[in-house]
Amino acid sequence: MEVGERDPVTGQLTTGHEWNGIKELYTPVPRVVILFLVLTTLFAVGYWILMPAWPLGRTYTKGLLGVDQKTTVERQVEEATAERALWTKRIDEMDFPAIRADPALMETVREAGATLFKDNCAACHGARGTGGKGFPDLTAAAWLWGGNPETIVETLRVGINSAHDETRVSQMLAFGRDGILSLAQINDVRAYVQSLGGSTEPTVASPEAVSRGKEVFVANCVACHGEDAKGKQDVGAPDLTDANWIYGGDSQSIHTSIYSGHQGQMPSWEQRLSTTQRKILALYVLSLSEKRS
Amino acid sequence: MRVGVLCSTKWGTLDMVAQLTTGERQLAIVVLSLVALLGLAMAAAGRADPIGVHGFIVLAICCGLIFVVLGAYYAPEPSPERLEHYYDDPSKVGIVLTMAWAVVGMFLGVWVASLLAWPDLTFDAAWASFGRLRPAHTSAVIFGFGGNALIATSFHVLQRTSRARLPDQFSPWFVLIGYNLFCVVAATGYFMGVTQSKEYAEPEWYADIWLVVVWVTYFAIYIRTLARRKEPHIYVANWYYMAFILVVAILHIVNNLAVPVSFGHAKSYSVFSGVQDAMVQWWYGHNAVAFFLTAGFLGMMYYYLPKRAGRPIYSYRLSIISFWGITFMYMWAGSHHLLYTALPQWVQTLGMTFSLILLVPSWASAGNALATLNGAWHKVRDDATLRFMMAAAVFYGLTTFEGSFLAIRPVNSLSHYTDWTVGHVHAGALGWVALITFGSIYCIVPWLWKRERMYSARLVEVHFWLAIIGTVIYVFAMWNSGIIQGLMWRTYNENGTLTYSFVESMVAMHPYYIARAFGGLLFLMGAIVGSYNIWMTIRGEAEVAPESADLPEPRLASAPGE
Repeated sequence: MEVGERDPVTGQLTTGHEWNGIKELYTPVPRVVILFLVLTTLFAVGYWILMPAWPLGRTYTKGLLGVDQKTTVERQVEEATAERALWTKRIDEMDFPAIRADPALMETVREAGATLFKDNCAACHGARGTGGKGFPDLTAAAWLWGGNPETIVETLRVGINSAHDETRVSQMLAFGRDGILSLAQINDVRAYVQSLGGSTEPTVASPEAVSRGKEVFVANCVACHGEDAKGKQDVGAPDLTDANWIYGGDSQSIHTSIYSGHQGQMPSWEQRLSTTQRKILALYVLSLSEKRS
Repeated sequence: MRVGVLCSTKWGTLDMVAQLTTGERQLAIVVLSLVALLGLAMAAAGRADPIGVHGFIVLAICCGLIFVVLGAYYAPEPSPERLEHYYDDPSKVGIVLTMAWAVVGMFLGVWVASLLAWPDLTFDAAWASFGRLRPAHTSAVIFGFGGNALIATSFHVLQRTSRARLPDQFSPWFVLIGYNLFCVVAATGYFMGVTQSKEYAEPEWYADIWLVVVWVTYFAIYIRTLARRKEPHIYVANWYYMAFILVVAILHIVNNLAVPVSFGHAKSYSVFSGVQDAMVQWWYGHNAVAFFLTAGFLGMMYYYLPKRAGRPIYSYRLSIISFWGITFMYMWAGSHHLLYTALPQWVQTLGMTFSLILLVPSWASAGNALATLNGAWHKVRDDATLRFMMAAAVFYGLTTFEGSFLAIRPVNSLSHYTDWTVGHVHAGALGWVALITFGSIYCIVPWLWKRERMYSARLVEVHFWLAIIGTVIYVFAMWNSGIIQGLMWRTYNENGTLTYSFVESMVAMHPYYIARAFGGLLFLMGAIVGSYNIWMTIRGEAEVAPESADLPEPRLASAPGE
């Protein structure tokens, strides 16, 4: 090996090699590097002794602590479930009026329900439950299928027009597209619906048109929406006289609804949420409308 | 003026072809024709599939290149004197491609960052959805920008540290152009929805096979040049470049083992499934970080940093420890991406413990680089180019510390699946990979084009500060965002239920996502300033032998048989 030269800055010798002007010093490896190499290796060896670490053919070294992530997580889930059971057990056992009469328990319901709602329901109904076009406002107390907790919890279980065997089924026919009503009849019945007071746009049609519309309404709509147009909860048909509109209460939207019909969907939550969780959600949803009123 | 620029670049291309011997020109046309035929076959077999579109792209690129070669086909044979000099034409083109991919890739990065802050920016178009743009961003920056920088600089460093010319003049072009063809096929595929859904290994089977051919040629160039080296020892930079090429080949082949649906379909199915698939993917993924984004760029650092600083490497012995520590330890670390998953716990333990030991050789490398600057700190102060490389070494140290830290099980339980990981990756990608690349490019451009210096030292300074500020904003935003996310996801009410919904954590992220997009925008602006500066340097006229370039070396080891 060629003899190196001494670097004036560090006082170290070079290795004597040179690559296109680049030289290397022969500086010894600093002690601290060796120290940390030893320390980290010792930590690793210690960790291997305590924890599952090295494969041995069909098995592996289990480690002195006997830790296994699978049993650990099972135990943690069990413990957490047991801890929550202090109040979830009461929710399971008590009926709705009893729970609602217990302010402390309702406090817990609202707390747990808020997160459940945002994780599962907010995508359609909005983070505050106020809905949007095509999705009902849950704070309005304008219940399609009924607003008592038992009904709400059943809606959560089976869904609406869902894949569940016992799903709630509701359909508004496409009166225009399917040729049940003529365009003139649709215009008339729309005028009638707007005259009922709930529409966001007052009707501009003549009284004659409105009365013609009423005849169309009686012949085609009362089966679901009722003679008073206040809707029927056993078929999930909305009230047409109030200010709550799922698909919009302006003239154009009402027209589109009559022409194209509707078959809104809500999934069944039976497979996804536990009975307790659905019960909490029903109570939470109910509390949203109560808070508003 | 405009015409003059066009002519000069056009003549530049023709000059490059004229540098090839007639035999090499013929070989180029034969190979291009064969690949064009392959493209035609793909186009025919995949009429109703994206692979058909790729066939046409391959066909068009090859036909275009055949015309380029034909344009200078009858030019006189190059003078034998060329064999007395290093062969730098592929490096020059590689540097230009590096900067082009940098701008494209970083622009896509700003775009996807903005998509996260304002999700409606997709224009309701499938190609502009996050899932397609995101791999286009990662591939464009890692493979387009990083890969071209590695190829271009490795050819440059290899010749000078071996005192040997590249073995022939055809295969470097095959590697460079073939590699960019891979990048183009990959990126266009993502926009059409072609993906294997493996992170950083998204391109489908035909692109993967092509990359293997290119990569084997690349490795062969290295071996053939080193075999004819005139220096007795192989320089550290070449250890790293070789580790990068060799290990990336192994990783790429194993992780991409897959069975195509048919030769006329882009879709394939991996031979691995379930947790084995996950383990192979992250063995690949982490070692892609290790050998592509670390080893390769350490090779770059080991040449350009001491060269620019005019200082000897601080410690040869430290280089040895670092090299073998990094290459050995990284191989085990991949499973730290799968802590707390279905992966058997013993595999997780090995990943975590080796990740911790890995910190030592990583810091030894960073320390070796910084200590090399002893005696040259006044240059770091005055010279933004050297400062780029110094900052890169600092970020390398920070990122490797963070990497080992995040691999610790309980820390990972907080950080995993959060933006902290994204911040960590970008501390490495922006702070280390991009800064060392820009520093090296500012060295190499005046050397290769024989200019006295860069067009504007001031603009290098501007680029430096845009890059540093952009990186710091980005990384701090993601630290905040990631830790807040992680904490929100694990906060429980007293009654044992989760306090926050997922949506609430998204809302909390929003300001940080805007900050991140802004940091990325600054970084992109830096890259654009750099590209302009490089372009103006290349266009400059002065043909001066630049300072501190190659040592005068009359007899190179020339091509075999010459």
